[in-house]
Amino acid sequence: MTRLVALSAGVGEPSTTRMLADRLAAASGTALGGASIEVVNLRDFAHEITDAALTGFAAPRLQHVYDQVGAADALIVVVPTFKASYPGLFKSFVDALDNDALIGKVVLLAATGGTARHSMVIDFALRPLFAYLQSVIVPTGVFASPHDWGSAGEGTLQSRIERAAGELASLLAGAGSGRSKDDEIDLFSETMLSISQPD
Amino acid sequence: MSSMQIGIFTVGDVTTDPTNGTTPSEHERIKNTVAIAKKAEEVGLDVFATGEHHNPPFVPSSPTTTLAYIGAQTEKIILSTSTTLITTNDPVKIAEDYATLQHLVDGRMDLMLGRGNTAPVYPWFGKDISKAVELTIENYQLLQKLWSEPVVNWEGKFRTPLQGYTSTPAPLDGVAPFVWHGSIRTPEVAELAAFYGDGYFANNIFWPKEHYIRLINFYRQRYAHYGHGTPEQAIVGLGGQFFMRRNSQDAVNEFRPYFDNAPVYGHGPSMEDFTEQTPLTVGSPQQVLERTLAFADYFGDYQRQLFLVDHAGLPLKTVLEQLDLLGEILPTMRAEFNARRPANVPDAPTHAARVAARDAALNEEVSA
Repeated sequence: MTRLVALSAGVGEPSTTRMLADRLAAASGTALGGASIEVVNLRDFAHEITDAALTGFAAPRLQHVYDQVGAADALIVVVPTFKASYPGLFKSFVDALDNDALIGKVVLLAATGGTARHSMVIDFALRPLFAYLQSVIVPTGVFASPHDWGSAGEGTLQSRIERAAGELASLLAGAGSGRSKDDEIDLFSETMLSISQPD
Repeated sequence: MSSMQIGIFTVGDVTTDPTNGTTPSEHERIKNTVAIAKKAEEVGLDVFATGEHHNPPFVPSSPTTTLAYIGAQTEKIILSTSTTLITTNDPVKIAEDYATLQHLVDGRMDLMLGRGNTAPVYPWFGKDISKAVELTIENYQLLQKLWSEPVVNWEGKFRTPLQGYTSTPAPLDGVAPFVWHGSIRTPEVAELAAFYGDGYFANNIFWPKEHYIRLINFYRQRYAHYGHGTPEQAIVGLGGQFFMRRNSQDAVNEFRPYFDNAPVYGHGPSMEDFTEQTPLTVGSPQQVLERTLAFADYFGDYQRQLFLVDHAGLPLKTVLEQLDLLGEILPTMRAEFNARRPANVPDAPTHAARVAARDAALNEEVSA
């Protein structure tokens, strides 16, 4: 079964970021015709994330999340907008990931914000980050401002959620970028081969 | 004699004591290092190793100077490094300096090579950090030649070619110092150690053991691949750290301010979490003994255990007390390690044993 992990970087409780993550996860599950879904609140790991930033390794609870992320077929990333970008807690979470953890991983990006004027945060902040991580980014990003939760008709939040979920399912059905994290040690790189061939 | 070597290694940091705000001068730190090394010999430890750094707050920029000075005041302890920078030092100078040290201390030394990860050090020494792995390989291959061939003709990418060059002095008894390769994340370094049949050292300090097991196992497999023996016979060294008092709660209370303000992990995880998740033990001598002996369960039987004891601003007096306590559990630690070691796992390397092995191999050739 397809494994989805949704990361919610909201820090409030209750959290509209978490609400959006839940809806994206459910819609993606439907679009895939079924999936195992894990929704993770980064707030629950705030101490471990800070510790990992200082020590360079993740405590067992946080390592379990990284393992889930690594094993997921696709990620759903939902962040609130703080000062025109994602929260520092979210960046610290990403900073402690292995460098190659998200290579080729299908990632759906979404954000919430206090006003629709933040809607470019997905494209100006999140998309470059995941481009750096060499993920396969779902074309449609889903931004929800306060009025989205009460609007109806054409272009509603729900229709954007379904469009993004459909794109995620379609990308997962294909070959992706053809790349993924490789745990094997490459014995045949030029550098590795040079070791046993002195002179 | 030395089936398992147990010793200490120092980073050489000058750190303020968080309990009273005092900071040793560089002079005091250097002299303290010598006092610590002499104490290590006094309590019966097998190895003293010093780091090499070229930036504050660290003092050990000239390891062979310090080790030779210690060597003149000790008789048994093996002098080593943790680590000698194979990237930014000229291998020609490493060959000379460490061969000189080897003669001065009658073979009572070896060295551990490492890359160093302080970015500005590379340009300060005219090197490019993006070439660190390539520098490690080329420099070590040259170092091997310098110590094994009387006249060297060599050309590489990173230094002036050598034509008709002879490294002086030649190694003592014609046997080069034993080399350990220290690394915690670079498979190329494990491969380098395996290819040459050298030792491999994982600092085993700051991370959970799982982070070190992968490369140690890779090194063991490659050691066998290159025909030096079985994977179990590869030469492995580990770091470790502890703070102990006879009463474990005293150890916890006394070490906590040092832990909470330590340069590496301070202001992060609680001491309880960190001791649970990493090899750090804060407690009684018995707890340190049991935790250390368990390392062999995770990493396989190994040859050298080095502890970090003089860091985080601990005063000299406290460090010397730590060594007294280590000295008390040392006979048991050594005996237990040796008791669990299968007969086919080699002893820790010494100069005398390496000379004997070389001579035995030569005799075999002659009689064959």
